[in-house]
Amino acid sequence: MFAYLIKRLIQMVLVLWVVSVIVFLMMSFTGDPVFMVVPIDATDAEIAQARRLLGLDQSLLVQYWKFLTSLLQGDFGRSYVFRQPAMTLILERMPATVEMVLVAMALAIAVAIPLGVYAGANPESRISRFIMAGSLLGISLPGFWVGMVLIYLFAVHWGVFPSSGRGDTAELWGIRISLLTWDGWHHIVLPAVTLSLGTMAIILRMTRAGMMEVGRQDFMKFARAKGATRSDVLYKHGLKNALIPVVTIFGLQLGDLIAFATITETIFSWPGMGKLLIDSIYRADRPVIVVYLMLVAFIFVVINFIVDIVYTMIDPRITLK
Amino acid sequence: MTTFLRSEFFHNYTRSSSAIIGSALMAFFVLAVLVGPFLVAQNPYDIASLNLMDSYKPPVWVAGGDAQFPLGTDGQGRDVWASILYGARISLFIGVVAMVASCTIGTVLGLIAGFYGGIADSIIMRIADIQLSFPSILIALFLMSAVGTGVDKVLIALTAVGWVVYARTVRGSTLSEIEKEYVQAAKVAGLPNHKIIRKHVLPNVLTPLIVIATIQVGTFVLIEASLSFLGVGVPITQPSLGLLIKNGFDVLFSGLWWTSVFPGVAIMMLVFGINLFGDFLRDELNPRLK
Repeated sequence: MFAYLIKRLIQMVLVLWVVSVIVFLMMSFTGDPVFMVVPIDATDAEIAQARRLLGLDQSLLVQYWKFLTSLLQGDFGRSYVFRQPAMTLILERMPATVEMVLVAMALAIAVAIPLGVYAGANPESRISRFIMAGSLLGISLPGFWVGMVLIYLFAVHWGVFPSSGRGDTAELWGIRISLLTWDGWHHIVLPAVTLSLGTMAIILRMTRAGMMEVGRQDFMKFARAKGATRSDVLYKHGLKNALIPVVTIFGLQLGDLIAFATITETIFSWPGMGKLLIDSIYRADRPVIVVYLMLVAFIFVVINFIVDIVYTMIDPRITLK
Repeated sequence: MTTFLRSEFFHNYTRSSSAIIGSALMAFFVLAVLVGPFLVAQNPYDIASLNLMDSYKPPVWVAGGDAQFPLGTDGQGRDVWASILYGARISLFIGVVAMVASCTIGTVLGLIAGFYGGIADSIIMRIADIQLSFPSILIALFLMSAVGTGVDKVLIALTAVGWVVYARTVRGSTLSEIEKEYVQAAKVAGLPNHKIIRKHVLPNVLTPLIVIATIQVGTFVLIEASLSFLGVGVPITQPSLGLLIKNGFDVLFSGLWWTSVFPGVAIMMLVFGINLFGDFLRDELNPRLK
């Protein structure tokens, strides 16, 4: 186990390094950031000086070395637009995103698992077919469009939920959280529902497939034979084993939610780090894009690592090599 | 043809309502893409055929609607129905071309990795692993932010995202195929490697790709729509369904819902059809479930 942990840690560092190379290369082949910092009427001499100040007159290799060493020293560069450290900008907006992702995930699980168990246990019933068609529709819907329709119905037409923003926030340990206020909950409903649909559909389908697979196995027959109640058989014996594949996609789904949050935040003007990324892409604010990608890559790598560990804890048959 | 009509596949197809609905939806869109533009009077991108007097007409069943524009018009007096027919063309074109490109590149790389093994295998598969641990939409978004907008760039971004799943599948099947006797026999017979790969291995690793390729077209249509919605996809001169939704979103708050809702319904029907049919194919082609 210890050897495995060390191996995984080295792998994580390698992945992050590869990501840093790709991000750096892509960013240096596109556009010239000098024009982001100099005024429109700058002279050639001023442009050359700005280029020197940014270190853009040096070879790619030198530039990459500087990029990497400053990353490792915790210097993530400053936004061209806000003139503030890019990392601070992102971290300020992270709680808003995390909050939305967690609410969406909780919602997806709360709806998907009971429905998935039902559909897996009664595959031929009419309700199950209805659930499955619904879940396929959930995968086929463009998420941003769902958000838009929800805004039109609930905000513009009926006026029951706000269409944008985060509402009131309360501070907890210096972090602004909207889940602590009634107004915050009022604001998070539409974006969280929008974000959760895709994940809900996928978890539902995985749960159903897992339940059907488990249903064929001997221990389920045995549980029924020993007279366990139907709900005990389904939830205590069945679901526990059916959830193993669900846990593996849980990490990927969390990543997907973070990625799709960029779109949801843009529609609902939710002040999270995803909206910051999209705004920074519009403004070609390269340092913010780079830091966002590195930070998200780090988060994904950590999530995958945790999923692997959790995987072995819930399924002792698996050994990590 | 008669053998196909008598086959088990066709028999199951006629008995599966989801397969029929799915393929009907797909057929509708393929038809719409091929002949749709000839059925509508207006070319929404020919400025001469637009009349500003017609702008923001609601759908025909709403008060103030005009029978000439069944799904209403947008701010330039463009018929929404005509825009959808033209937009579906771009969306489906991007989805299909990017799928073919991904499938080709992924299959070639998967064959190389599986057949030759060694360092080529390690490099290809490590890249695939790293890529798979990030959501495709984020990779595509990042690539588009780096290379800029355009149909060609969307195709590149989608292909860069899409090849991985083919490479992995093909590599897996290749590894099990090359253990089999017919490949060993071909080797002993002295056939050159490229011939063994093309004539013997390739035909036997293609079946699982059919399902992946079908569903991927739907996925690509959705990713392209998201990119275009965010403004980093197709240019305004070639509006896909996603860009139509984006343009409609700008006027949604004024209550003009039809310019954005209908293109979304079109995407949903298209992708739903693809997924329904893909699900049927998966069950049919997977021998384990039979």
